[in-house]
Amino acid sequence: MSQSPAFVLNVLETPEDPEGQEPSPYDESEVHDSFHQLIQEQSRWVAEEGLELQQRQPGTGTLLGPEGAPVYSMATLRILASMPSRTIGRSRGAIISQYYSRTVKLRRRAGRPQLRDMGRSARPSLRLYDLELDSAVLEEEEKRGLLVKELQSLTAAQRDHMLRGMPLSLAEKRSLRSESRPPRGKRRAQRRRGLLSCCDQLRDSCVLASHNLGLALLSGLQALMPWRYALKRIGGRFGSSVLSYFLFLKTLLAFNALLLLPLLAFIVGVQAAFPPAPAGPVPTFTGLELLTGGGHFTHSVMYYGYYSNATLNQPCASPLNGSQCAPEAGSLPYNMPLAYLFTLGAAFFITCITLVYSMSRSFGESYRVGSTSGVHAITVFCSWDYKVTQRWAIRLQHDNIRTQLKELLAEWQSRQRPRSACGRLQQVAVLGLVWLLCLGTTLGCTLAVYTFSELMIEREAVLLLLPLVVCLLNLGAPYLFRILAALERHDSPVLEVYVAICRNLILKMVTLGILCYHWLGRRVGTLKDQCWENFVGQELYRLMVMDFIFMLLDTLLGELVWRLFSEKQLKRKGKPEFDIAGNVLELIYGQTLTWLGVLFSPLLPAMQIIKLLLLFYIKKASLMANCQAPRRPWKASHMSTVFVSLLCFPSFLGAAVFLCYAVWQVKPSSTCGPFRTLDTMYEAGKVWVRRLEKAGPRVSWLPWVHRYLVEDTFPIYLVSALLLAVIYLNIQVVKGQRKVICLLKEQISNEGEDKIFLINKLQRVYERKERSSVQGRGAGNGQRGPFLPGVGDGGWLLASLGGP
Amino acid sequence: MGGSGSRLSKELLAEYQVRETRSPGSLRAACARERMVPVPRPGGWARPLAPGGLLTLLSRFAFQDLTFLTKQEILLAHRRFCELLPQEHRSVEESLQARVSLEQILSLPELKANPFKERICKVFSTSPSRDSLSFEDFLDLLSVFSDTATPDIKSHYAFRIFDFDDDGTLNREDLSQLVNCLTGESEDTRLSASEMKQLIDNILEESDIDRDGTINLSEFQHVISRSPDFASSFKIVL
Repeated sequence: MSQSPAFVLNVLETPEDPEGQEPSPYDESEVHDSFHQLIQEQSRWVAEEGLELQQRQPGTGTLLGPEGAPVYSMATLRILASMPSRTIGRSRGAIISQYYSRTVKLRRRAGRPQLRDMGRSARPSLRLYDLELDSAVLEEEEKRGLLVKELQSLTAAQRDHMLRGMPLSLAEKRSLRSESRPPRGKRRAQRRRGLLSCCDQLRDSCVLASHNLGLALLSGLQALMPWRYALKRIGGRFGSSVLSYFLFLKTLLAFNALLLLPLLAFIVGVQAAFPPAPAGPVPTFTGLELLTGGGHFTHSVMYYGYYSNATLNQPCASPLNGSQCAPEAGSLPYNMPLAYLFTLGAAFFITCITLVYSMSRSFGESYRVGSTSGVHAITVFCSWDYKVTQRWAIRLQHDNIRTQLKELLAEWQSRQRPRSACGRLQQVAVLGLVWLLCLGTTLGCTLAVYTFSELMIEREAVLLLLPLVVCLLNLGAPYLFRILAALERHDSPVLEVYVAICRNLILKMVTLGILCYHWLGRRVGTLKDQCWENFVGQELYRLMVMDFIFMLLDTLLGELVWRLFSEKQLKRKGKPEFDIAGNVLELIYGQTLTWLGVLFSPLLPAMQIIKLLLLFYIKKASLMANCQAPRRPWKASHMSTVFVSLLCFPSFLGAAVFLCYAVWQVKPSSTCGPFRTLDTMYEAGKVWVRRLEKAGPRVSWLPWVHRYLVEDTFPIYLVSALLLAVIYLNIQVVKGQRKVICLLKEQISNEGEDKIFLINKLQRVYERKERSSVQGRGAGNGQRGPFLPGVGDGGWLLASLGGP
Repeated sequence: MGGSGSRLSKELLAEYQVRETRSPGSLRAACARERMVPVPRPGGWARPLAPGGLLTLLSRFAFQDLTFLTKQEILLAHRRFCELLPQEHRSVEESLQARVSLEQILSLPELKANPFKERICKVFSTSPSRDSLSFEDFLDLLSVFSDTATPDIKSHYAFRIFDFDDDGTLNREDLSQLVNCLTGESEDTRLSASEMKQLIDNILEESDIDRDGTINLSEFQHVISRSPDFASSFKIVL
C-alpha cells in the first residue's frame, strides 16, 4: 500500500488512534480478527438500530433530506466527492488516468509488434498495470509520465487520433504530443534493427502520408462544400428538424449526380459524338417542349428512340455480323445496345449499394439497443440545439422544450392512470373511421387516374391532361388527410407524423402503380407502329415538370398566401409551420419518377438535378419569409432514417421492379431505339454472350458465368437463403446483447446499493465515533473531524474500530 | 514527417512552450529564426495577416493534428478571433497569445443567444479565474463543437457544461438549473415546483443506474449514447 493517496483530504487524524499507521501485511491475522469483530459489532448495531430497514428507495428513502439529497456529514461528503466516478468529470488527473487505460487497451488490442523493439524505459512494467486497479495511489505527474510512455508506443497517426479525442486543453495536448514523440536517437537505432522495423517504419509513414492526404482532400472538399452558409442560416433559424429536409435534398442531389455521371459518359456522350442519320425532318424548337417534353426533344439524346442499335466506331458495314470483321481491324468497337443495358444496370447497382449502405448506417446510428427508454433524460440532456443563433428562434426553442416537457409529464401521469374502456372504444372507432375515409379517398383517386388514362387511349386529347389530373390529386388529397387527421387526436405526435407519411405514401405509390400498368400494359399494345418508349419517357418528363410546377404553387399558395391571409384576415399571430414530412414525401415522389424514367429518357436525372437546385433556393426563400419551425418535437435522425428507408424501399425497389419488367418481358418497339430488332431488351446481352461463345476459348468463362449464375435460378435461392440466415443470426446476436445489457444494468444497480450501504455504514461509524469522543473528552473536542481512512480495502473500518 | 523541417519546428515548439510561460512575445523570436514567416512589426498590420504565413504557423503548432478542425475552419476561427481583438493586437503572434475577455466572446453572434454561453466559456477557459479565452481555448471550443468531433468528447464536455457547480456529478440542483436554462429563466416560463420535482425524479429514475442520487459522467454518457440526435445538435458552426 502506498503512502501517497491521490486525493488529500483535510481531515484531522485523531491523536489517540493507536493504529495511526496503515496496517501492514504482517497484521493479516489481526485484520481478519478485526473484520470478524467488526461484523459482529455491526450486526449488533443492526439489531439495535434497525439499519436494515433503511430502504434505499431512490429519491424518497429515509436517507434523503428534505430536498431529496442525502444528508451526510462533511467528512462523508468529502470522501464521496473524491470517488473516481465523480472526479472523472472535473479533474485533469482522473482524465489522464482514464485515457491512459484506454491507450493501454488500444495498444493491447492492436497487438503491435513494435513493443518488442521498444526500449526498456518505454516498455510498460507490471507496476504500470496497477494503475487501472488503484488509480488513486499514483501521483498525477506519474500518471502523466505513464500516459506519455503509452502514447510513445503508438504510431503517429494513432497517437494524434488518441490525443485529439482527449478532453484536455490544447496546450496540454500539445505538450503530451511533443513528449510522446519517440526520441530521435532511438529512431535511428530502430532503423538499424533490420528489415522488420524498416517495414514498420515504411508502413507508418505510408499511413501517416495517406492520413495527411485524406485530411487535405477532406479540407479541399470542405472548401468546395456548397451551401455551407445557407445551411448554417437555416439551422440557426429553424433548428435541426427543418435542416434535415434540406440535407435530404442534398443527398438526393448526390444520388442523381451518381446516376447521371455514368449515363453521360457511356451513353449520352458517345451517342452525341456519333449522331445517327436523322430519320425525318426535325421540328424546330418552339419553347413549348420544355413543358410537354415532345417535339424537338424527341429527336435528341433526351429520349430512348434517338439511340442507334449499331456498333459505333466500327469499320464494318453490317453491325449484326460482327464476327465477319477481324477483331483487330479499326479502333475499339462500341456496341450501343450493350452499353445502354450495362451502363444502366451498373448505375442502378451503384445507387442500390449506396442507398443500402446509407440506410444501414443511419439505422445503426439512430436505433441503438435500448434507445426507446429514458425519454425524460434524453429530452433534457439532448434536446437543446446549439446551432440555433437567432433570438426569436431561441425563444421558440424554449417554448417547444417547455411544452414537450409538460406533455411528457402529463403523458407519464396519464400512463399511471389507464383510460376508461369507453374512451378507448371511442378512440378506436374514430381511428377506424378515419382510416376508412383515407383509404376510400385513395381508392377514389386511383379510379380517377385509371379512368382518365383509359380515356386518353381512346381519344388523343391534350398531352398535359393526365399529369395535371395526377398532380391535382396528389396536391389535394394530402390536405384532406390532414383535415381528417385532426379528428383522430393521436397520443404521441411522432405517431401522428408516421400515420400521415403512411397515408400519403400509399396514395402516391398506388397512383404510380396504376400509371405504370397503363404504360406497360396498355400503351405498348396501342402504340404498335410508334416508339412507345419515347412516349413513356415523355409522360414521365411531363409528370416531373407538372410536379415541379405544383410544388411551386403549393409553396406559393400554401405558405405565402396562407401566411398573408392569416396575418391580415384572421389576425392570427405566428406563421404556418413548415411541413417537413409532406415536403420530404414530395421529394421522394419526384425521385421515384426519375428512377422510373431513366431507361426511357437517360437525361431525366439531369432534369431532376436542375429541379432540385431550383427547389433548394425557392424553398429556402419561402421558409425564411413565410414559415416557422414545427412545434412538435422532431426526432431528426429517426426521421432521416425513415426517409432514407422510404427512398430505398417503395421508391427505389418499385422503380427497379418496373424497369426489370420492362427489360425482361416487354417487347421493345421495332422502329426506334437501340433494341429495335430484338424481342426483349435483355436479348442484347444474350446475343452478346452467344457471340462471345463463338469468339473463342479466351473468354469462355463469361458464357459459363452467364449460364450457371444468371440463367439458373439455384444460385439466387442459395444467396437469398444465406442472406436470411445471416439476418437471423444477427437478430439473435442483438437479442443476446440486450440480455447482457440488462444483466449488467442490474449488476450496476446492485453495486450502487452496496455503495450506499457502505456510505451509510461509514456515516454511522463517524456518528458513533463523534458521539463517543464527545462523551469521552468533553465538549471542547467536539469539532474535531473524524479519522481519515487510508484508501480502499476497509482500512478505515479497522482504524475506526481501534479508535474508541 | 521527418527531415530537418520537422526537427526545426519541434525545437521551435519546445522553445515556444518554454518561453510561453516566462515572457510574452517569444513567438516572434521563433518566427524570426526560421525566416519562413514574415515577421510583422508590432502594430503594423491592421489586416489579420496573409493566410500563407498563418498556415505555416498553424501547422507548426499542430492545431490541425490536435483538433477536429480543418485548415479552413482554423483560418476562419483565427479571423473571427482577431476581430474580437483591438486593432493594434491583430498581428499573428499577438493574436495567438492574447486573451479575450468573457464578455467579448459572449458577444459573438454564434453564442450571444445561447442560454449555456457562460458555462461553455467557463468550461473551455484555461485562465486561473476562468474569465477569458485565448485563441487556443477558442479552438478547443470550436473543435469540440465541430462536425467531426467524436460523440465521446462531445458528451464529456456537455457533462461539464451541465455540471453547474463543477463538482463532477449532476445532482438535483444542477438538473433543475439545466431545466431552467432549457425552458427559459424567467418566472412565467419556468416549470412549476411540482413539475420540476417530478421531472427530476423521472430523470434520476431513468439515468441514475447506481442509485446514488446523482448522475456521474458514465451514466450521462450512457444516456447520450442512446440519443443519435445529440451529436448533430451539439454543434456550433462559425
